Amino acid sequence: MSILVFAEHDNKSLKADTLKTVAAAQAIGGDIHILVAGSDCQTVADEASKVNGVSKVILADNAAYEHQLAENISLLVTELAADYSHILATALTTGKNFMPRVAALLDVAQISDIIAVQSSDTFVRPIYAGNAIATVQISDSKKVITVRTTGFDAVATDGSAEIVAIDTVTDAGISSHVSDQLTVTERPELGAARVIISGGRGMQNGENFQLLEGIADKLGAAIGASRAAVDAGFVPNDMQVGQTGKIVAPDLYIAVGISGAIQHLAGMKDSKVIVAINKDPEAPIFQVADYGIVADLFDALPELESKL
Amino acid sequence: MKVLVPIKRVIDFNVKVRVKADHSNVDLANVKMAINPFCEIAVEEAVRLKEAGTATEVIAVSIGAKACQEQLRTALALGADRAIHIETELTLDAINIAKLLQKIVEEEQPQLVILGKQSIDSDNNQTGQMLAALTNMAQGTFASEVKIDGDKVNVTREVDGGLQTVALNLPAIVTTDLRLNEPRYASLPNIMKAKRKPLDVKPADSFGIDLSPRTQILKVTPPAEREAGIIVESIDELVQKLKNEAKVIS
Repeated sequence: MSILVFAEHDNKSLKADTLKTVAAAQAIGGDIHILVAGSDCQTVADEASKVNGVSKVILADNAAYEHQLAENISLLVTELAADYSHILATALTTGKNFMPRVAALLDVAQISDIIAVQSSDTFVRPIYAGNAIATVQISDSKKVITVRTTGFDAVATDGSAEIVAIDTVTDAGISSHVSDQLTVTERPELGAARVIISGGRGMQNGENFQLLEGIADKLGAAIGASRAAVDAGFVPNDMQVGQTGKIVAPDLYIAVGISGAIQHLAGMKDSKVIVAINKDPEAPIFQVADYGIVADLFDALPELESKL
Repeated sequence: MKVLVPIKRVIDFNVKVRVKADHSNVDLANVKMAINPFCEIAVEEAVRLKEAGTATEVIAVSIGAKACQEQLRTALALGADRAIHIETELTLDAINIAKLLQKIVEEEQPQLVILGKQSIDSDNNQTGQMLAALTNMAQGTFASEVKIDGDKVNVTREVDGGLQTVALNLPAIVTTDLRLNEPRYASLPNIMKAKRKPLDVKPADSFGIDLSPRTQILKVTPPAEREAGIIVESIDELVQKLKNEAKVIS
């Protein structure tokens, strides 16, 4: 078997999530290649060549791939697909965007968001917002799969794979990039953070999220939010942790003023240690928290910050 | 322009699902069903395009057993002009759903197809992208804003680091994210009116597509329960526990 893993990157550096997708590829077993598709992205290929268990890095460096438009990337991956039994991408917005296109072009089903590998054709994935776990077998000969990174531990980066540049250019010519409005932050990304502190409706307004910042600074944490806080307009949607937002599994997750709706729990219940701060002792968040404290967050947060 | 909105009948999002005792699947007997929330946003967006004078006709389509006509009636009550029901008792893989929708796209020739980004039952997030590939259309997935601009549509997308705007040639596919709009409630007069709007039924096996399953669910289990921990009495105690017991901060 041979497996192609699509690298998540920003044309400058390889996203750590790719290391977890490679771990999923290792669990399937076989010769593993990484595809780095982007523009001016040699440094990404250099990083990818160090990923353990990878024998080859395929570098497709062309302006057509700069913004990883699904129309263009899917044609490239489909063209490369002939050599592989499995094609894997990380279940982040890029992989979720283009992979089903690849599956359709290959006329195969896709298995989304796998959290475990049982064999080369059988995978485990959450359904119903994580309220049920399905074991699914796929009969198509080519397996197109997206990987939820919370299910796999990152592989090490002390390998040395060869880098092979290809000059295939697949430009569908039906879409173009207009602009990015990326959130500028000094903090780690939610997906990569070791510690996350999230606020919910209990924060009352957007300004009060500043109460989380001092603690986040001390812990090197990312700041998240519940869907209730996003829907109320306190903070932007890219901070949302939950089934319809980001799915995270940090070492420490601190939920502040979050009641613990199913949709939020689906996004964070695989965290190693969960702390809940809520003034309602009946809040469902306490049923999943390792440590709960029943307190008014406006008292608890300044005290926590001062004692860290 | 014509707008096509494929919708799915799913468990109501307020209902907590239970896994069947034999672990064959989840138990949907006597459970409240509804239009998938992301599909509802898609219907709303299409109806707003019509109200703005951009769209001329909104067509809702759903694939499934006879019961999904209820959700088509909901879409009609929300403002869709007519509906197409592709009837099948089978549970279809997304690739086969996309192939059936491709046939409807070929028949109806819509300029825009708006779908939910994922359904809250299978959580696949595949159908819109697959339909885009099969029809060779551009796609704007996870949309938080849709602006028609001549022969193009500008779609602002919710991506990992923030927002990304892409320009797509029409016809195009859009899949909705939560913030695209807030769907309206259907008024009673509109619910009554919807009963008289046209709803065509076409058997899924009349399209000449091989619908045989590509995937098989071997088992469905409840997720591992997380045990509730302890309630600490003070911030001091919390900090001590995190340092010395959980060892997650130093």
